[in-house]
Amino acid sequence: MKWTINKRLILLGFILFLTFILNLSLGSVHIPLTSVIEILIGKSTSNDAWNNIIWHFRMTKALTCILAGSALSLAGLLMQTLFRNALAGPDVLGLSSGASLAVSLIFLGSSAGFSIGVLSAWSVVSAASLGCAFIFVLVMWVARKLRDDTALLIVGLMMGATASSIVSVLQYLSNANDQQAFLIWTFGSLGGLNWTEILILAVILVAGVTTSISQLKSLNGWLLGDLYAGSLGIKVKLARSVMIFCACILTGAVTAFCGPIAFVGLAVPHLCRMIFKTHDHKLLIPAVVVGGSTLLLLCDIIAQLPGNDYVLPINAITALIGAPVVISIILQRKRIAI
Amino acid sequence: MNTTLLTTRDLSIGYHHKVLLTGLNLSLSAGKLVCFMGPNGVGKSTLIRTLAGLQKPLSGSIKIEVNFKSPVSVVLTDKVHLFHMTVADLVTLGRYPYLNWNARLTSADEDVIKQSLDQVNMLSMANNFLHELSDGQYQLAMIARALAQDTPIILLDEPTAHLDLNNRLEIMNFLRQLARTMDRAILVATHELDLALQTADEVWLAGNNKKILSGIAEDLVLNGTFDEIFGLKGFDLKTGRVMHHSFRSRAVRLLGEGYAYRWTRNALERDGYEVNDAMGSPTVSVKGSVNTYEWSLDDQEKFTSIHELLHHLSR
Repeated sequence: MKWTINKRLILLGFILFLTFILNLSLGSVHIPLTSVIEILIGKSTSNDAWNNIIWHFRMTKALTCILAGSALSLAGLLMQTLFRNALAGPDVLGLSSGASLAVSLIFLGSSAGFSIGVLSAWSVVSAASLGCAFIFVLVMWVARKLRDDTALLIVGLMMGATASSIVSVLQYLSNANDQQAFLIWTFGSLGGLNWTEILILAVILVAGVTTSISQLKSLNGWLLGDLYAGSLGIKVKLARSVMIFCACILTGAVTAFCGPIAFVGLAVPHLCRMIFKTHDHKLLIPAVVVGGSTLLLLCDIIAQLPGNDYVLPINAITALIGAPVVISIILQRKRIAI
Repeated sequence: MNTTLLTTRDLSIGYHHKVLLTGLNLSLSAGKLVCFMGPNGVGKSTLIRTLAGLQKPLSGSIKIEVNFKSPVSVVLTDKVHLFHMTVADLVTLGRYPYLNWNARLTSADEDVIKQSLDQVNMLSMANNFLHELSDGQYQLAMIARALAQDTPIILLDEPTAHLDLNNRLEIMNFLRQLARTMDRAILVATHELDLALQTADEVWLAGNNKKILSGIAEDLVLNGTFDEIFGLKGFDLKTGRVMHHSFRSRAVRLLGEGYAYRWTRNALERDGYEVNDAMGSPTVSVKGSVNTYEWSLDDQEKFTSIHELLHHLSR
């Protein structure tokens, strides 16, 4: 297991680059591809509006796609390894619901009669991460009690449902304006981030990737289960905490800024395992980062309905693409495993 | 020779407030294969996990007498369901205690991995995926992983479960040979009496009183400890045979020798006849040599198979 330069990874990186350019060149205003490239490499163009659109709207959105796609996919990979369960993922085990609950407390809390914190980028991120962590710790606790994957998934779904119903109650109690703001947040949006928020997301992603890479041995050892991992000299408790922490901040940050984006975290690790035919995290970590970015950029391109003024909620598209992927994987193998 | 590698002192194991086994003063020595036996649920897996340091003992202590970076390796019962993991990948994980954070293998590591695969005769299957292996091959791969970890002590939990007789023998013989030739201390938890009796240098026997008795298998057979703990039903351990009820209330006198005699007797007893040497009973004699035998009844009727003989007798 060496850091070999994987040809497929390079190819995937190239596809990412093309998707990135394509994503920048598509939108409600038609800008020719050549002009897009000229603007990107800093050549002066006659059209200031185009320049503005590319740098201030499309670039932030494309970068958000890359950051959010990577972060969610990495979180999904960590969770699938941690639970040794193919169906684990940020949205499946109720993490996104936990984040939604925490964010809804901030969005809707004041009008529902109590106030928690101030609405700011960092407070939303912290709340979402804490919400994630809360559900995650609950799920982990149940996981240790149950040692049965199916039961665990059902418990995760139930926790998600509970969180969602609390959110519903809050929505019912709150006023229309707050409700609308929250509802739009739940649709998922990649376009609304400013540069500060993108920077926060980038910092968290870099931290997540670095930490995951530092845990390479733990992650690979974990594939055999925590007992074998322990017998291989891996500090099980520390590794588990680090993985949980990483998965939570990654999911929390993305969910806070972009809303609960479904399926990316679940589907990308599977797609990467299929493409790269490996379980080795040394290859899988870079693979899900590149793969997740590409997939979310693609989803965003579809969501913009090229040549149209409407933009569909990103969540609808990721589910539309993600669900068939998962179903086809199960059908192909007759079963599902990491 | 026979250096003690691991000792326990007044060890109690179990969960929370449920004590499974207590007052354990045991030791494992280099070059010895120990079979740890007992009925299901007595705490075999728990003891393995505790000795391996994966679970805290309730009280007492475990002392590893040698200074090794990785003193204990394990083969557990948890089946690993993974796609895209090859046998070589699995065995590579055994080197993890010796690798730095990015798991880079040195050529020495690669040699150990090859050697371990070779020892279990799986070098040719190194690139096969785990999910393609048979149950027996899978166990051998897990053992190769433990070998690659290069530990003086190897603990195995039910390594022969779900295997057919042939594979069970192969694995037990391999482990015994490994203990002797590589001077390892090997502990195998199993509930398979026959295998343990024939391969173990020493037996640990866990019974109902939360204690473990240890000794040479044959001593434990003769003093009745096995009978007491397993509560054997219909199996006579001292003769090593299943006891039959002669429900036909008919006696048959059997003449012959060697394998032919043994298997004819087996068939007659199973089919409900009492086999004795008393004159006056119908007399079956068996003659022949390698692979061709002939049976006769009272020197009159002749049969070419035990099947025909039994068929005739039952009329």
